[in-house]
Amino acid sequence: MAKERLVLIGNGMAGVRTLEELLKLDPERYEITVFGAEPYPNYNRIMLSPVLAGEKTVDEIILNDRQWYEDNGITLHTGDPVVAIDRRRRVVRAESGLEAPYDRLLLATGSLPFIIPLPGADLQGVLGFRDIADVEAMLQAARQYEKAVVIGGGLLGLEAANGLMKQGMDVTVVHLLDTLMEKQLDPPAAALLKRSLEERGLKFRMPAQTTEIRGDGRVQAVAFADGTELPADLVVMAVGIRPNIELAQRAGIYCERGVVVNDTLQTFDPRVYAVGECVQHRGKTYGLVAPLFEQAKVCANHLAGLGYARYAGSVTSTKLKVTGIDLFSAGEFNEGEGDETLVLQDPARGMYKKLVVRDDRIKGAVLYGDTMDGSWYFQLMRDGADISDFRHTILFGQHDVGDAGHGDEKTRVMALPDDAEICGCNGVCKGEIVDAIVTKGLFTLEEVRAHTKASSSCGSCTGLVEALLASTVGEGYDASPKKKPLCGCTEYTHDEVRKAIVDHQLKSIPEVMRFMEWKTPDGCSKCRPALNFYLVVAWPGEYADDYRSRFINERVHANIQKDGTYSVVPRIFGGETSPAQLRAIAEIAEKWEVPTVKVTGGQRIDLLGVKKEQLPGIWGDLARAGFVSGHAYGKAIRTVKTCVGSEWCRFGTQDSTTMGIEIEKMTWGSWMPHKVKMAVSGCPRNCAEATIKDLGVVAVDSGWEIHVGGNGGIKVRVTDFLVKVETMEEVLEYTAAFLQLYREEAHYLERTAPWVERVGLHYIKERIVDDADNRKRLAERFLESQKYAQIDPWKERAEGADRHEFEPIRLIQGVA
Amino acid sequence: MSEWLEICRLDDIPRLGARVVEHPDGNIAIFRTKDDRVFALDDRCPHKGGPLSQGIVFDHKVACPLHDWVIDLEKGEAVPPDEGCTHRHPVRVENGLVYLSLARASAAA
Repeated sequence: MAKERLVLIGNGMAGVRTLEELLKLDPERYEITVFGAEPYPNYNRIMLSPVLAGEKTVDEIILNDRQWYEDNGITLHTGDPVVAIDRRRRVVRAESGLEAPYDRLLLATGSLPFIIPLPGADLQGVLGFRDIADVEAMLQAARQYEKAVVIGGGLLGLEAANGLMKQGMDVTVVHLLDTLMEKQLDPPAAALLKRSLEERGLKFRMPAQTTEIRGDGRVQAVAFADGTELPADLVVMAVGIRPNIELAQRAGIYCERGVVVNDTLQTFDPRVYAVGECVQHRGKTYGLVAPLFEQAKVCANHLAGLGYARYAGSVTSTKLKVTGIDLFSAGEFNEGEGDETLVLQDPARGMYKKLVVRDDRIKGAVLYGDTMDGSWYFQLMRDGADISDFRHTILFGQHDVGDAGHGDEKTRVMALPDDAEICGCNGVCKGEIVDAIVTKGLFTLEEVRAHTKASSSCGSCTGLVEALLASTVGEGYDASPKKKPLCGCTEYTHDEVRKAIVDHQLKSIPEVMRFMEWKTPDGCSKCRPALNFYLVVAWPGEYADDYRSRFINERVHANIQKDGTYSVVPRIFGGETSPAQLRAIAEIAEKWEVPTVKVTGGQRIDLLGVKKEQLPGIWGDLARAGFVSGHAYGKAIRTVKTCVGSEWCRFGTQDSTTMGIEIEKMTWGSWMPHKVKMAVSGCPRNCAEATIKDLGVVAVDSGWEIHVGGNGGIKVRVTDFLVKVETMEEVLEYTAAFLQLYREEAHYLERTAPWVERVGLHYIKERIVDDADNRKRLAERFLESQKYAQIDPWKERAEGADRHEFEPIRLIQGVA
Repeated sequence: MSEWLEICRLDDIPRLGARVVEHPDGNIAIFRTKDDRVFALDDRCPHKGGPLSQGIVFDHKVACPLHDWVIDLEKGEAVPPDEGCTHRHPVRVENGLVYLSLARASAAA
């Protein structure tokens, strides 16, 4: 069967990005033809400003060279704009007369600079700022002439003005209003920006209304409404862009301000799709890159015939690409009635931060001078996160609040040498990452992870990698977190999947995949363990654990080591042992010739170097000696570390050892989103280090303090104080409730520390401390699920469960 | 010239799972996918030698348990952008029995 034919009109970022997404989904489906009006292959239009400023060359901003088109079997016609679409015959015709038939047509004609219809707007030397040709004309003018006037004090105008000034021209920016970038900035930030640009040598005339461009053949001056005049050899009109819909209109495709598309990026002609700046979606048009990429993904999904992705519009943020000026804005940055405004201002340093807050949620942000936390504020805004817990320090930035791996990294990373190691887990240096970003045209964190492995293991260098991406690809990198799918097999998020499992009573992995239209036949190594866990939590006692969807450690209940052997850690409740227990472990270790015996950080004993086929035997011996699995291998309850407490210690205020043993007896065997470590200290000296555990209990004279969300690993995080209670029963109830809330609501592989930061301690207190009924219900659900969880997996396997897993096949004939 | 060895019943290998055949020249992993296809590969990940037989099987692929490289069972190759290759062995299923040929392995030895 002949392939379907796809024609793309417009060789820009949105269109080609759609092709890239499509090729990932279904590289064989279409015979693809691309028409571009410009004589270049696909380039990064948002980097035109640095080209104009002389910071980059045209070659450096090419995203896909001609070889890429060839490698992917795409026919490319550059410098040949399409002039007509015949929708009846399904053929497009280019200026050269060339015709190309299509089965599907993709419009990505972008936008045109808005040229104000002033007298003289057609004079030589009057330009827009849109493509490489404009930039080249400007560079040409800068070499020959002296005085430039840029009409428009918005994002584009200021970038053009800055570039021309860098090229040695005397530049005046003319703006209709008295606030620069009024769509992105409030008056104080705009004033700071103006001052800073003036210091660099830009001149401003504002507010000023241009009435005429004067000249004889070539532009000579710009005239204003107040009768004054400004000499000019070059005029750049940068008052805005408008969707380029002329071709679509002539073809009778329904347009308003842009080509109107639905949530699948389809126009009113079902064979014709449209993406990018030419599009009008739900009444909005977009001129920034992030939404275009989101559209491209959805459009490709439909072109590939998958048909489930939807585009629901974008929330955007803005940065100004003028080197040395840091500016960020997002959302409703001008406060309305009833809004609160948080402001931090240091005029001497040229720093200004403003957050508009409504009901303890960020509605908008303007940052000037220090934009490091822009993406964090943006994330809080998009998530609608409650900021009441940290609003008193929020303006100081994320590193002042907690730690999800950012800190002062952006500025730090710029100054690093190329051989500086960024990812300590995989040994990846800055130079390698930057090189991969440039040569392979990477735009997202996921792509950098796939190609370099940086940030793909423990994730603690994620902030650094993001900073490298941002500084290397500039605005093309959208740091703002998007709706993040669970994995590549689905478009749904962790939360959406969990909700569907409960709401629609989905009770097996295939059922979930069918109902949620998984893209792959049986998932992958990322989603299957997550789904298995979510089902375990949702349907305790009912769901049959799918051990094929468990990582090897959880499948064989031991921890795989780098040589393929396993470690075995029996549970020692509360870390309190006995001569009899120790003797048993010693004998078993000798009997099985265990190469290494080690005391762990969680007060237990680790037997290392056990061969897989020995596991059932060693477990049988341990079970007979009274041990159960320590789950040292699982996303599960690990240990409850204790100090000796009031039984022996002269400072101890409570019996912390007994408390630890009781907690561990209640909780062992429970599957969790990630590993969970607990500790109980007998006095505030805190010898059990309870305040860096997922849940820590600290005894005080009058009772017990419960602390949550600590971590002593990749990023040390001190726990947050949850509540103080008096009795052991209360400690157990709060512990069960907290763990159940974490099990039911955290994402798979999310430790308590980032979870607490994500949802806010305030929220957890609301659910567990303020609402006693809810706490009791959570604790009951935890204890109910424990009825099915506290079955020793070692004993089961020692008695023959999953035998095939531990027995290799031996060849009887043919070898040796 | 190739010698087919009967190694086990198809049902001895769990669906979306694997068994290990011990061999003096290095173990061989026998995988069974959801659609009951059977594949045989050296039980060594091209990355750091991890035992592929212990990985999670999905589609016609397996994820190495050590560092999550994904190996294509049909080609024996790592899924890009990772690069590397694991030796494949001919394997066939007849009447519910799995046969393995070590012809190429011994020829190479």
